[in-house]
Amino acid sequence: MIPVAFDYVKATSAEEALAALGEHGDEAKLLAGGQSLLPMMKFRLAYPEVIVDIGRLQDLSYVTDKGDHLAIGALTRHRDIETSVLVQEHAPLLARVTSQVGDPQVRNRGTIGGSLAHADGAGDHPSAFLALDASVVVSGPGGEREVSGADLFAGFLESSLEPTEMIVEVKVPKATGFGWNYQKFNRRAQDWAIVGVSAQRTESGARVSLVNMHPTPTRAAGVEAAVASGASAAEAAEVAAEGLSPSSDNNAGVEYRQHLARVLTRRALNGAGIA
Amino acid sequence: MQISVEINGVTHSADVEPRTLLVHYIREVAGLTGTNVGCDTSSCGACTVHLNGEAVKSCTVLAVQVDGESLTTIEGLADGDSLHPMQEAFMNCHALQCGFCTPGMVMASVSLLDQNPNPDEGEVREALEGNLCRCTGYHNIVKAVLTASGVEK
Repeated sequence: MIPVAFDYVKATSAEEALAALGEHGDEAKLLAGGQSLLPMMKFRLAYPEVIVDIGRLQDLSYVTDKGDHLAIGALTRHRDIETSVLVQEHAPLLARVTSQVGDPQVRNRGTIGGSLAHADGAGDHPSAFLALDASVVVSGPGGEREVSGADLFAGFLESSLEPTEMIVEVKVPKATGFGWNYQKFNRRAQDWAIVGVSAQRTESGARVSLVNMHPTPTRAAGVEAAVASGASAAEAAEVAAEGLSPSSDNNAGVEYRQHLARVLTRRALNGAGIA
Repeated sequence: MQISVEINGVTHSADVEPRTLLVHYIREVAGLTGTNVGCDTSSCGACTVHLNGEAVKSCTVLAVQVDGESLTTIEGLADGDSLHPMQEAFMNCHALQCGFCTPGMVMASVSLLDQNPNPDEGEVREALEGNLCRCTGYHNIVKAVLTASGVEK
């Protein structure tokens, strides 16, 4: 399968990439590792007229300790995140979730910024992003701004970024020593989650986020409130599917997904150390 | 667009459309047809090659993305007539039936041992999750990788 023809711009700096986006607007798409965008272009679900290749901007690939948080460059590849000692120590949920993305070949190419901008409600990364209360630094024509948590996800496969903006950094608050767990339920090793659940303990309770239970990546607000008020994991997990609109497909119907959300939420809470 | 890609130590230059997939560049420009196109949707791993030493799926990389970079394909593993230890192990363990997935399996396996020279069986199976064998011959493939890890010790 061959993508629709496009013009190719190779950016050698973030400034160049932003200039190209400014020139071409919503006709252009950024290409980072390409592990989501290229399949969509091959299926002709996406057909940008201009591709701006930022894949080799090495200065946007890093994991840095910033005291209360980790700063991760937008073009840091999945493999570099899952094997990062800093991530394993201070945000182990992110290391684990990253190790469950696709397969080793995909993780050698794919980037965290690309995954988040893809805003896939069935993707692994957004669930860690939400459960860790992380944010992205976005660069655009008016300078930089920060977008936190659910504000990044606007709709089905749609982020809240403007066509002229790009993610340059991901800021992950440290969760050193707090319990965490990721449950990913799928039938074949490299598949997307049929349903997934991230749980991250905090000082006052837990943040819980769900994969593939809604058109957008989403927090399980009811579960979090129940945990904060002292409910057991089993009690809190009962409300995991409330207020959400999961899809029905070949893998699972709506009721089965709702069932999985409750079971996996209980297991994730247990795994994070909540009885 | 004019690009140059080093494949198995030989530089191949060509004028390509930006939408040219790397696997087509390897097969049609360089004429190296050992790398197979399987599912064409980055699921099956038959097109796995090494980009700067790391396994990638060449059906999900554009040729223009690797302009100036260095690749190894299945043809680049053997040293003349002497097979790479992984190829030797696949042969000795009968780790192939129809052979279609084999180039990708071998490239993914070599990459695994580069990163983890002494994997256990579970780690081998996890590391090959991106490579599908349509003959379902996984048992001997895993055995071959474990054998090669002993040979390479």
